[in-house]
Amino acid sequence: MSKKYCAVPFLVWLAAGTVIPFAMILYYGLTDRTGAFTLNNILAIFQPIHGQALGLSLLLALISTVICLLLAFPLAMILKDSNLGRRGFIIFIFILPMWMNFLLRTMAWQVILEKGGIFNTVLAHLHLPALTIINTPAAVVLGMVYDFLPFMVLPIYNAMMKIDDSIVEAAYDLGAGKSTVLRRILLPMSIPGIASGITMVFVPSLTTFVISNILGGGKIYLIGNIIEQEFTTSANWNLGSGLSLVMMLFIIVSMAALNALDKNGEGNFI
Amino acid sequence: MRDTLIELRNITKTFENNVVLDNLNLQVGENEFITLLGPSGCGKTTTLRIVGGFETPDKGQVFFEGEDITDMPPNLRQINTVFQKYALFPHMNVGENIAFGLRISGKSDAYIRDKVRYGLRLVNLAGFENRRVESLSGGQQQRVAMARAIVNEPKVLLLDEPLGALDLKLRQDMEYELIRLKNELGITFIYVTHDQEEALTMSDKVVVMNGGFIQQMGTPEDIYNEPQNAFVADFIGDSNILDGIMLRDRLVCVCDTLFPCIDEGFGNDAPVDVVIRPEDLIVRRPGEGKLDGEVIHNVFIGVHYEMEILAGGFEWLVQSTTSHAVGDRVSLDVAPENIQIMHKPKTREQEAIRRDV
Repeated sequence: MSKKYCAVPFLVWLAAGTVIPFAMILYYGLTDRTGAFTLNNILAIFQPIHGQALGLSLLLALISTVICLLLAFPLAMILKDSNLGRRGFIIFIFILPMWMNFLLRTMAWQVILEKGGIFNTVLAHLHLPALTIINTPAAVVLGMVYDFLPFMVLPIYNAMMKIDDSIVEAAYDLGAGKSTVLRRILLPMSIPGIASGITMVFVPSLTTFVISNILGGGKIYLIGNIIEQEFTTSANWNLGSGLSLVMMLFIIVSMAALNALDKNGEGNFI
Repeated sequence: MRDTLIELRNITKTFENNVVLDNLNLQVGENEFITLLGPSGCGKTTTLRIVGGFETPDKGQVFFEGEDITDMPPNLRQINTVFQKYALFPHMNVGENIAFGLRISGKSDAYIRDKVRYGLRLVNLAGFENRRVESLSGGQQQRVAMARAIVNEPKVLLLDEPLGALDLKLRQDMEYELIRLKNELGITFIYVTHDQEEALTMSDKVVVMNGGFIQQMGTPEDIYNEPQNAFVADFIGDSNILDGIMLRDRLVCVCDTLFPCIDEGFGNDAPVDVVIRPEDLIVRRPGEGKLDGEVIHNVFIGVHYEMEILAGGFEWLVQSTTSHAVGDRVSLDVAPENIQIMHKPKTREQEAIRRDV
């Protein structure tokens, strides 16, 4: 009996933090300013400005997820083969930036990349032409990768550490070379970690507005920026909620696709 | 004499200043079932991993059919391993597991299908091709691991305590199955275990190891009946190990009592270790044996009674099919040929004997 009451704080939290806000978003999204039912807020996604923002968001989130994956997987493989002390140190180095304020980290990149910034100063010293990275999609992707890479590394690392050394040895024993071990053992067995990593990078990249604000200089409009503006400057909560619902739909669809990839269902999905 | 298939020459291996193997030499013959037996940490698994190619020795060489393979990676060796924890690939079904090695060597689909079926029949798991690995019991997983190694037709099969996780009945069944496989396939088995019963049951040759040294090598009968030192005597079966003085050839003094024996060449008045197996001690009526004493403990353990008899200041372990009640006065006797005389350890190599005894 008493176990039931242990769930009460969580249920309160669930109601206050999830159910009620979601109901409100749903209400605002499906009504206009007068409170009458309408689908216009949803259909607004088909307006060019909104559609383009969503498309760009999907594209940049996809690119940064792929880059994170390409960086994280080899790193996890190296970590698996390292000894204990070195492994701990590398993981520590990776997590260290996460302990610093998220805004601060992103703004640091702004300082590095801006026109008279550190990056271009270094280029000038090397007699190389200056590069305009700040306020471009490339800067936004860089910010996403920098901020979210640890979320890709950790689940893949965990999945790979779970692979018993004797399984890898058994593959070598049966005649497998390094690339076969990677293709037929390490890769398929880390899929749960890869799936979690993709989720944890793709979703925040898709919804971010802070990174694009700071590193996009107000020129890069992601769907997150549009929604933010509807809630703040335009004060159009109905449109903002409607677009949020659309974005949620995209996230659910991509998660369902990932679920199909991870047949074992071992991944930690949102 | 069988042809030598594998030879380990002067192998030394150190892990973080801990000498695991010290100048080890070992020859394994064609179609031989050889067991490396010893307590944990004796170097037996390391020896196996050096043969498999998973460890490189610090010093020494490994020869396979006369060719030096010390630096050859495991995937190029004609050797397959059955791992202690089975190490089946969890993301593949039973059939895919067994086919793994065959696919890598580029065999045709038809060949692989036949071979997988053959392998499963060999380990009495016919029809299990599409089962998931987790759905199998420990014994079944172990047999799949065996089939996965065997279908590649290796010259040598390495087995690292493969029966350790199985219960007694299953283990005994598997022991017979392994002997049958070895005879049917004609491949060499190198088997690692700490279980002396497994070693004695299956092996052609037993290598008893301790402290990185080989203590004794020989047939199971040799090892059991003629242990060369106190460690082997103690590790293989139960035994009474006592300090004795070899007064002259064929006469030893133990517990201030003279026992005729059949050993010679130890010199006069030499301190020795004396081993007498519990089943070799004969219990007589008081005064009729060599050493009078009193039964202080008696347990029935199935085949025989196991008694402790205090005589001459030593608690003798005695196994007998006739029971003597606790408190009974008895007398112990032993036939001269059942007394084993062994040198006391003198060198560092021999000193390893004393460890873990």
